[in-house]
Amino acid sequence: MGFSHGGGKGMSLDLIIAALLTVVNITTPILLAATGELVVEKSGVLNLGVEGMMLCGAIAGFAVAFSCSDPDVADTWLGLAGPWLGVVAAAAAGAASSLLFGFMALTLGANQVASGLALVIFGTGISSLIGTSFVGIAIQPFDSVFPESLAEHPIGRVLFGYSPIVYFAFFMVAAVGWFLNKTRAGLVLRAVGENDLSAHSIGYSVIGVRYMSVMFGGAMAGIAGAYFSMVITPLWAERMTAGRGWIALALVVFSGWRAGRLLGGAYFFGLFMTLELYAKASGFSFLPSQFWAAMPYLMAVIVLAVMSARNKGGSQSPACLGKPFIPDA
Amino acid sequence: MTIINRRHLIKSAGAAALAAPFINRVALGDEPLKVGFIYLGPVGDYGWTWAHEKGRKEMVAALGGKVTADYVENVNEDQSATPVIRDLAKNGHKLIFTTSFGYMDQTLAVAKEFPDVKFEHCTGFKRAENVATYNNRFHQARAVMGTIAGKLTKTGVIGYLGSFKVPEVVMGVNAFTLAAQKQNPDVKVKLVMIDSWFDPAKESAAAETLANLGCDFITTHTDSPAALQVCEKKKIFGFGQGADMSRFAPHAHETAILDIWSPYYISRAKAVMEGTWKSGDSWWGVKEGSVRIGPYNKSLPADVAAMGDKIMAGWADGSYEVFTGPIADQSGKERLAAGKRMEDKDLAVIDWYVKGVEG
Amino acid sequence: MRIRLEKRRELSRVMLALSPIGAVVMTMIVGAIIFAALGYDGPRAVMEIFFTPVLAPYKWPDVATKAAPLILIALGLTLGNQAKVWNIGAEGQYLLGALGGAGVAILTKDMHGPWILPLMIVAGVAAGALWAAPVAWLRNRYGVNEILSSLMLVYVALQLLNYLVTGPWKDPNGQNFPQTAPYTPDQKLPADLFGLPFPPGLYVAFALALAFWLVMARSEFGLGVRIVGEAPKAARYAGYRESDAVWSTMLISGAMAGLAGVLETTTQSGQLNLGFPSGYGFTAIIVSFLGRLHPLGIVLAGIVLAISYVGGQVAQTTVHVPSATAGLFQAMMLFFILASDVLVRRRLRIEWGSRTAAARA
Repeated sequence: MGFSHGGGKGMSLDLIIAALLTVVNITTPILLAATGELVVEKSGVLNLGVEGMMLCGAIAGFAVAFSCSDPDVADTWLGLAGPWLGVVAAAAAGAASSLLFGFMALTLGANQVASGLALVIFGTGISSLIGTSFVGIAIQPFDSVFPESLAEHPIGRVLFGYSPIVYFAFFMVAAVGWFLNKTRAGLVLRAVGENDLSAHSIGYSVIGVRYMSVMFGGAMAGIAGAYFSMVITPLWAERMTAGRGWIALALVVFSGWRAGRLLGGAYFFGLFMTLELYAKASGFSFLPSQFWAAMPYLMAVIVLAVMSARNKGGSQSPACLGKPFIPDA
Repeated sequence: MTIINRRHLIKSAGAAALAAPFINRVALGDEPLKVGFIYLGPVGDYGWTWAHEKGRKEMVAALGGKVTADYVENVNEDQSATPVIRDLAKNGHKLIFTTSFGYMDQTLAVAKEFPDVKFEHCTGFKRAENVATYNNRFHQARAVMGTIAGKLTKTGVIGYLGSFKVPEVVMGVNAFTLAAQKQNPDVKVKLVMIDSWFDPAKESAAAETLANLGCDFITTHTDSPAALQVCEKKKIFGFGQGADMSRFAPHAHETAILDIWSPYYISRAKAVMEGTWKSGDSWWGVKEGSVRIGPYNKSLPADVAAMGDKIMAGWADGSYEVFTGPIADQSGKERLAAGKRMEDKDLAVIDWYVKGVEG
Repeated sequence: MRIRLEKRRELSRVMLALSPIGAVVMTMIVGAIIFAALGYDGPRAVMEIFFTPVLAPYKWPDVATKAAPLILIALGLTLGNQAKVWNIGAEGQYLLGALGGAGVAILTKDMHGPWILPLMIVAGVAAGALWAAPVAWLRNRYGVNEILSSLMLVYVALQLLNYLVTGPWKDPNGQNFPQTAPYTPDQKLPADLFGLPFPPGLYVAFALALAFWLVMARSEFGLGVRIVGEAPKAARYAGYRESDAVWSTMLISGAMAGLAGVLETTTQSGQLNLGFPSGYGFTAIIVSFLGRLHPLGIVLAGIVLAISYVGGQVAQTTVHVPSATAGLFQAMMLFFILASDVLVRRRLRIEWGSRTAAARA
């Protein structure tokens, strides 16, 4: 069975839809990790350890999903719930690894940049170590849970063809946007990020709020990692996230710390990267591929400058970003 | 594998200089030969490094107690490789394999310091009296894949997922294309280079792109099974790289290129033990048992499987050479005259694609 | 229950000096336990990673090779860190330094003369500073957070290296592999300076560490940098402008990273390839903190971190731990040192019960 030729118009629609699915695949993990980091940074904390947390989530999710697919338990509820448990495990692993950073940066007030980098190194190392026994193993991808019949129709494919994690990502971006802007708790979080001393004097626990946001960021990064090892390529390989954590960091900056722009920016990147592949496959390469690969980062810098210029000397990053909070007793 | 502790290390470091001539004599006869390996990636990559590791294990198994072997993985292709190679040499390893191109100068530098240790550099081109080079003719197996793809493609478009435009990859692309064209002269090969040897998510996206653009057979030169998983999902066909990857794609996986390093490793270890080791360049292939293909998929038609076997047999007895003229490059210019076979020296530096390759 | 950190009134100098040692010891203990739990010979792994490189003289050149760039880059970063200018982009500036040297090398590959090598080094230093300049400019002009802008530029630098090495700067005689032509003897530093097998970069690192120490402790420039970092408002009154500090510290740290980069290529490798980026720029950030932002501390910290790298590779051949080991130990070391650092300066107070209960008590 192979790829079926449709009529001229039908084929291009199929192609567009297929390309769209690729865009979603590329974008989703970055979107998840960036959404988490957005919350973290809005509370005034800079956690550079995203890549490490993603890898922890990737191996945790894979390990649990694989264990649940073991023939002995595959028929029980464990087997059915396997992938879902995997995602939960990934979130837990991401959050747990973020706690290491949280303890250093929040409780002890250590420098956040150094702590974040240490988390990257640690996460990469521990996931590689734990993952050695999981190499060369394949599991079923955690794909769409909707009935196959929906996939026959093009609209069905566009709407229902994704892994549950994709819908989760969309939901979370919206939820985070709503939370930050429309709830009191979100207001408190933003206050903690803009003026920690004032928030503290009003009586809010700055450290407490930041711990929660850091753990949320960790959980989201963990799920993002699981998307790699459970959906895109259902296998485990050392360092399989290949630097996507850093792109997520760039994306948060690029979005100006706004959830709506985050969604748009993420899909812009994803579209970009997909188009680059299509251009290559069709033989077009008017600019070197490295230029395209560097674009997301260059654009982030430009956006930073433009945003700050508009703000007349102040940037729009949360005012306390990266500064430790140590209340004098 | 011998256990080395701190005391041994310090003792050996000091005594090595004095004992060098004695160590040499002993290694040839009494104690087991210690062989060292430097790997670029993790042994668990299920790709390039994994195949070398398999070769190492098979060598140890085949030569019994006469040989022990150690390895260091994830060695970066920069300065930091030198101390690693040097360590192995210092710790009594008499035969050291450095399994990636980027270790070339480091290998040569350490080789100068240890004239009685034999070094083997994989995929390189610089040699010395105690430094040999070796490589595999992976492209021979690509010819089988091109044949299968060319014969069975329904869309007339097949895909190649590459990493960098280096001779090894270009050879693979060309061999794949030329073989496919023999089955289907109008076949088109779409090529995507992802500028990385390892990035599963990008490999997956690139494979999806190739599939969406009409490829119903995809072969990959990158190290992970990601492309195969895409083939399985899209219900098209693919090939394994470096190892049998059928467990990742039971329906899509037609066959695989198997990098079999053990015949070379065994022969070189034996040569050191017998004192017959000489430097040189070895470019082994099907004939020497270094390149094999994996078991065919059950769904592969028997006549196509037979064609694949015939090609492998042809490589083995020298009757088959996919790089036989006339061959034209992408611009149409003839690069090889009719009936001539491309010489090794031109093949090793090839940087142009044959006509029919897009991208 | 509340955990509070109170500033200690008196800092014990002994504790300040001993705490890093304590942290390293903690790392060894915890590391041994973790590895034993995973089935490896924990204590021996620790031995190989931390002690072998120190006790085996033939390993010292390897430690030096790794320590030199770390120290150089960290020295530059420290100046900035003291002014609270956080340069995270040292890795990119390091790469640009190497590229600057490589560019000159390609231009002069058929020439001879003792002027070539110094020119390459100057080009590398300038290229590194050039890559840091936009970060300083953006911060001064638009208030752009330098952590983010410098980080983004690292990835642009990586792509630039990629492009040049696979394209215009590829060695025409290199069998089409992505690498530059090997440097001629005129373009390489001597390997055996002073009769010792250490890379020249090490001596440069030591000399510059001394220089930085003098400048930071005794010069008006150093004073200005520190004042800007600790009391920006007071600094303005005293006439030290933050924008000047941003420029000077960014350019200096970029220059140092560039120096490290060009020295690295002219020392032994003698060419650039895709494997060149090794994360030194990021590790140097850690070195800077481990060294407590003090030049001599940085020299020590650089050596300690280099030991862990070298030891990690030794441990692979002898204890057969996976290569991820070194990274784990480094991360643990950093965690423990950061923690011990904080605990030395601040006292941990755990208050049980509510505030009113404590007041009553």
